[in-house]
Amino acid sequence: MATKTRFNGGELVRFGLFATIVTALLAAVGLVTTFGERDIIGGVLSVGSIFLFGVAVGAAFLLTRRNSGAPWAIRLVGGTLLGLFTSILPLLIVLLAEPLGLRRFLPNISPDLIAIMTFGQGVAGLPILVLIFAVAGLLGAVLALLSASVRRPLFAGLLVVFVVGLLSETIILSWGNQGLGLAIRRVAFAARGLSPLGALLLFLLVAGINALWNWRSGWVRERIGALPPAPRQGLRWGGIALGILVLLFLPVLLRSYLTEVINNVGLYILMGLGLNIVVGFAGLLDLGYVAFYAIGAYTMGILTSTGRLGLAGLTWWEALPIAVLMAITAGVILGVPVLRMRGDYLAIVTLGFGEIIRILATSDFLAPLTGGPQGVLQIPNVPFFGMSLIKPEHLYYLILAGCLLAFFVSWRLRDSRMGRQWMAMREDEDVAEAMGINLVKTKLLAFATGAAFSGLSGTILAAKLNSVFPHSMSLYVSINVLCLIIIGGMGSLPGVIVGALLLIGLPELLREFAEYRMLMYGVLLILIMLSRPEGFWPSEVAKRELHAREEVAVTGNANTAG
Amino acid sequence: MIENLRKRLRNLSALDVTLWIFRLFIIVIVIWGIIGTVSRNPLNMGAAQWRDLIVAGLAQGSLYALIALGYTMVYGVLLMINFSHGEFFMAGIFTATVFVAIPLDQAGLWNRYPLPSLLLVGLVSMATSMGVAVLTERVAYRPLRRAPRLVPLITAIGASFFWQYFFRGLYGSGITAFPTVQALEGQWTVVGFQIGKAQVAVMIASLILLVALYTFVMRTKTGRAMRAVSENKDVAALMGIDVDRIIVITFAVGAAMAGAAGVLYGLLYRQVHFFMGFVPGIKAFTAAVLGGIGSVPGAALGGLFLGLFEAIAPNLVLGGLGIPGTNQLKDVVAFTMLVLILMFRPQGLLGERLGRHKA
Repeated sequence: MATKTRFNGGELVRFGLFATIVTALLAAVGLVTTFGERDIIGGVLSVGSIFLFGVAVGAAFLLTRRNSGAPWAIRLVGGTLLGLFTSILPLLIVLLAEPLGLRRFLPNISPDLIAIMTFGQGVAGLPILVLIFAVAGLLGAVLALLSASVRRPLFAGLLVVFVVGLLSETIILSWGNQGLGLAIRRVAFAARGLSPLGALLLFLLVAGINALWNWRSGWVRERIGALPPAPRQGLRWGGIALGILVLLFLPVLLRSYLTEVINNVGLYILMGLGLNIVVGFAGLLDLGYVAFYAIGAYTMGILTSTGRLGLAGLTWWEALPIAVLMAITAGVILGVPVLRMRGDYLAIVTLGFGEIIRILATSDFLAPLTGGPQGVLQIPNVPFFGMSLIKPEHLYYLILAGCLLAFFVSWRLRDSRMGRQWMAMREDEDVAEAMGINLVKTKLLAFATGAAFSGLSGTILAAKLNSVFPHSMSLYVSINVLCLIIIGGMGSLPGVIVGALLLIGLPELLREFAEYRMLMYGVLLILIMLSRPEGFWPSEVAKRELHAREEVAVTGNANTAG
Repeated sequence: MIENLRKRLRNLSALDVTLWIFRLFIIVIVIWGIIGTVSRNPLNMGAAQWRDLIVAGLAQGSLYALIALGYTMVYGVLLMINFSHGEFFMAGIFTATVFVAIPLDQAGLWNRYPLPSLLLVGLVSMATSMGVAVLTERVAYRPLRRAPRLVPLITAIGASFFWQYFFRGLYGSGITAFPTVQALEGQWTVVGFQIGKAQVAVMIASLILLVALYTFVMRTKTGRAMRAVSENKDVAALMGIDVDRIIVITFAVGAAMAGAAGVLYGLLYRQVHFFMGFVPGIKAFTAAVLGGIGSVPGAALGGLFLGLFEAIAPNLVLGGLGIPGTNQLKDVVAFTMLVLILMFRPQGLLGERLGRHKA
């Protein structure tokens, strides 16, 4: 490729077309407007503007990298041209929105959007729009031209500024009201988002640390590698101890609101660990996973409720084994019919099961038991040595205990005989059976274990909300859980946590996400499957397997070269 | 003879016994329910109401049949459940309603020239569905031809949610009314039967489309190539068939049928929204499995049968068991049916027995 010195003009047009269409669609779908209020740097840069101009930057970056043989001046011009190209459809939208009455068809091409795109100046703002698109393209090209040692700290700094700016509202709410927090807030944060000065300082800080790390990381690793085994063990245990300490004091650190968010994430981690056994270990794609969550929650609700539907009036702890047992039983019962189904069929049948459970819970048929659409109310809190766990800070420890238990069980199961049977089954059922694995037992155990975790999560949910509603048992719960284990990495335990934090935690903090959550999940699922099927935090096995071919190719090349 | 029976009994596993017990249980419940309904008539339904249910079921079933074609054809060539097929259906009619039907209605042309208007809506709907399908195939499925089977299935789920929320963002989250066609209001009397005009139109249109598709698959060169690809991709490629092209055509044709079904849905239910593809999609998949996945006449038969079953069974079976609110349980009946078919006759009504690599 290095010999190619000409700039590929056809590629420029193709990239430009792609970028302009995507940018126009992002605007038409409403992302630019909805996220226009979410400032990263107060008054300067919002997430909406990143949606508007980001595609141009990205496309110019890719284009410039693909034409690495051309002289740098031409590549810069190419990037700028690409930016100009990208501005075509957005320009047309602004110009034609009024005369064609586009809003009748596409409600999101609203005056708000036009105002954002013209910077509130009407037609006079259009040259600015075009200019910014050109600059965005140029920026992409410049980023691609920088050497890796400059680019890495730059990206790290930008990323951290982006994340902190994105979450600035939560950060201010949680820590910015007194003492040191207030002082930092005055300097670094604007009314919305970071202040320009704060953004700059943060960027310099992170970029500096990153550059330093890139420079000295080899040395640090060498020093650790050179340590005798005993201190190395100590270092490891020290790390673990620090982790446990942080987990224990997290609610103190996070305050009420963020703890509530972490609690929701925790419930999903619990479910994710369960589904990870079914999908990640055993390879059984279950889309009706919410059924067990519902069964756990409803059983808990019916057994403990002090309201009209309460049957037994048990305490949470007394009802816990029964509810989990119910979930396990349901797992086995729903598992039997699908024992002989594979892949696609299994997915669609389990999806059917999930819907059946939800419809039944809502229906008049089971209303005397489940309360129909109103659900089960008046579920008491979890009693704990004389006090009742009602505040999020208290529930946090319950959820943490559940998660740690599930994590431990998953971890031990993964390397056990059972875990290896599951993985053998995942790779090839026929071969596994030929090796003497009892498929019926193995599959049912996977379903049962998964159902147990999900049921446990449901019981906590019932006590947390003090009620159970059928509409919180929708298909979306199953899809959310599936997405988070896929994005974290199928079969990977830390992946579940990463996935849950990203997919459940982030949308909770950013209310704009609500509407576009599933849109982004859809894109994420496709992108992950296309580019990184092992997920963000892959398990060792998946990494090895999915990249085995590349390694073979590399060593093969090395051999021919040698 | 007896020796043979003993041998079979010895080979019977615990799982088989469980499944047999389950099967008997279902049969007993169904018969019990039917007897209950016939003897006591708990819902107080007369002949006229049953007839209406049957007609509605058949109209609904012909919709399922049209959508099921897409599932069946794609499954035939790729051995993959195209999870986002229901979204192709939604994309077509949603777009056509917003950009064609409503403006035509506002211009007053809709009821003045109903047939050309409907044809135009149909064309736009089919074209949009095809576009969405081809794009999905190109981006989300084609790069994964050789990937493990779970991978394309997950992208299909992703594509499904992407399209749903993409169109939700584009056209809004509310329910959009599909303009009423006055020519199809009211009822016709056919040999003493009163049948809604819209339902008759839906059934006739579906029949025409089904026949046209069947002819396409059985008679044309492309159709033959399609069947060859579904028999064996590698051999088909050796015979000079461009497999990728045939797969794209299969997606496009299936999506076109879904787009046409969208117009019929609009006629029947007079509303469109972003979520409308999901449940009909699963139902149509059930219909495809019921008829025998991979078989075009099977999909048609399965669709009709499912529509009919879904309309009648809640009242006939569940009503007789004394279960209240039977109509809420329509979807439960359909999903249960899917599970039962897959358990006991995975090859469906018309399908050949699937090899283990296919099931």
